[in-house]
Amino acid sequence: MNILLIILLSPFFGFLFSGLAGKYLSEKLTGWISSLSLLVSFIISLQVFMGLGSGAAAFESTGFTFLAVGDVFVDFAIQADRLTSIMMLVITGIGFLIHVYSIAYMHGDAGFYKFFAYLNLFVFNMLVLVMGSNFLMLFFGWEGVGLCSYLLIGFWYRNAEYGKAARKAFIMNRIGDLGLLVGLFLVIANCKSLSYSDVFTAAKSGALSTELVTAICISFFIGAMGKSAQIPLYTWLPDAMAGPTPVSALIHAATMVTAGVYLVVRCNVLFEMAPAAQQLILWVGLATSILAALIGLKQNDIKKVLAYSTVSQLGLMFIALGVGAYSAAMFHLVTHAFFKALLFLGSGSVIHGMGGEQDIRKMGGLKSHMPITHYTFLIGTLAISGMPLLSGFFSKDEILAMVFAEQPVVWFLAVCSALITGIYMFRVFMVTFLGDFRGTEDQKHHLHESPVLITMPLLALAVLSLAGGLLNLPELFTHEHSQWLKTWLAPVLGTSQEGLHHPSHQTEWILMGIAVSAFVIAWLFTRNKYIAKSSVPESDEDIQGLAKWPAGKFFVDELYDGVFVKSIEKAGNAMINADSGVFSAVMDWVSAGISWISGLFGRIQNGRIQYYLLYMVVGIILMLVINIFR
Amino acid sequence: MNPDSIFNALDISHYIYLSSVLFCIGLFGVLTRRNAIVLLMCIELMLNAVNLLFVAFSSYMGDTAGQQFVFFIMVVAAAEAAVGLAIIVMIYRNTRSTDVGLFVKLKG
Repeated sequence: MNILLIILLSPFFGFLFSGLAGKYLSEKLTGWISSLSLLVSFIISLQVFMGLGSGAAAFESTGFTFLAVGDVFVDFAIQADRLTSIMMLVITGIGFLIHVYSIAYMHGDAGFYKFFAYLNLFVFNMLVLVMGSNFLMLFFGWEGVGLCSYLLIGFWYRNAEYGKAARKAFIMNRIGDLGLLVGLFLVIANCKSLSYSDVFTAAKSGALSTELVTAICISFFIGAMGKSAQIPLYTWLPDAMAGPTPVSALIHAATMVTAGVYLVVRCNVLFEMAPAAQQLILWVGLATSILAALIGLKQNDIKKVLAYSTVSQLGLMFIALGVGAYSAAMFHLVTHAFFKALLFLGSGSVIHGMGGEQDIRKMGGLKSHMPITHYTFLIGTLAISGMPLLSGFFSKDEILAMVFAEQPVVWFLAVCSALITGIYMFRVFMVTFLGDFRGTEDQKHHLHESPVLITMPLLALAVLSLAGGLLNLPELFTHEHSQWLKTWLAPVLGTSQEGLHHPSHQTEWILMGIAVSAFVIAWLFTRNKYIAKSSVPESDEDIQGLAKWPAGKFFVDELYDGVFVKSIEKAGNAMINADSGVFSAVMDWVSAGISWISGLFGRIQNGRIQYYLLYMVVGIILMLVINIFR
Repeated sequence: MNPDSIFNALDISHYIYLSSVLFCIGLFGVLTRRNAIVLLMCIELMLNAVNLLFVAFSSYMGDTAGQQFVFFIMVVAAAEAAVGLAIIVMIYRNTRSTDVGLFVKLKG
């Protein structure tokens, strides 16, 4: 049996096991079998990774024919090249840690087995997404993860608000998926194939015009907008925090939302041919990054802050993609997966300890009560804010340097976004863990460090967040061509990297200095505000002036509600009126008429045989008369 | 006098008129009366009107087939009357009435 298939089927087996049998088994058994199914995938992924490292070009496995329409054949084919192997390791590795975490976090939940079934199904679909060797497999996984996302956001479906959040995520993703689908149709129509190699070969040979490639790329990017929560389709992600926290960590921070980034990196050949699409990505990514960071400044729900932070960081990845720095985007994807999963799991630990409280204004001083959570959260905060030598510092710096070489204006704005990121992350950290406890006495009494199954994944992710930078150390610190990830991805990216300028070492030192000073400014600013003055974010009613805008999420939800939801609702109501006023009315008249006529004839059939005889006689007489006068 | 000549002394049209009138009287009775016995009588009247016509045409055309039919009709009519009267008697014993409207009660 092909080892790639084992990677794919192991989580699927876990899904079947917990879904079908989990109800009748103990929580421990269900949870551990699901987790171990991922560990198996992870170990085999490592093996594949090693194999690729020792020279194999790519592992491939073709199953059956998925789709055969006319002269287009699409196979159920999976592959593992260097790009996929990175994604596989992230998905299965972080997935395993989060599964283990969930065993403790979901303890006692009535839907325990269901939760693990969904999580495993998600991992299976995510693996299909990254391992497929054609666009249809990607689309299959793309829709599959969307479904699992929906199921898990609405996991506590008894709360109507959560159900609404799940539907919002699903519907917004549909809009993006339509774009992806259009892109796929364009590919089929022009390449007669959906396999990556065929399409990219056709594109390289110049068989596709620039306009066509641009159209395909923009369609794909619309799909990526939905999945990776970019403007204008980002509003579902903050609402997706309705799901249990491990879900937010795995799906809505580390893996699923990076599917859009993966898609663009995978199609780097196409995007290199479409500068217009790249410009679009660059500016959308920039706008998203800044807007989300600004909103993050004024949120008080610990998970909402992290959600907007995720949107902002995804924007940063798209900025990198916009300037063609694919390896930098992948680098940030990986480090972001580490520290954002860490932050989400840390927030989950906090919520767990606080008995479900998510408002940071009611926390404070958790440092002494939850030391491990505190230190790991601190590491995550430092990593995302860009503390030198931590993972986030290197990946963010790589992107900023690349952007500076291409578009200095964008660089400046991206640095602003990074500065804001530092501010809101320190704000969350300081308000939550430092100062005095502001919760109720009851909460204080129950406050405790989380169990070992929760702290172990935190520690593991903290180590990764600390050391993640080693994946792609810049040349400044070592020697020429030292960037491991960049070298690793070079065969996949091929010629796409050639046109890329890298700033000189001197410039890079300066840029790094600016980034570090942004980090320091963010730290000093928040320290002054939340530690020295020990102020607490104001309650919602006290927010004044301009601050209302970020606190109200720039009222984008209200805008969408007014422009799209309301108008569609109106159109729907108009349709209902047209239906009941015109179509139904006509039908009613027709049926009333027939009913009246049949009532007339029905009177003849009164059940008295003498009347029937009379009709017979009348009929015979009529026939005779007609016969005579004919 | 030869019976044939007596028949032939009258034009065929008289027989047709007579049997038509008889038939119509019978039909009128069937359609309007509710008494089951009267109904049976009216049906007999209609049958005999037809019989008369058969015999008249048979004689007129010199073909005995028509008269043979009449025998069959009389046999069937006798059987019908016997069965019909038996039913009416049974109904009468149960309902003390021979009104055909009461037959509705047989409906399940």
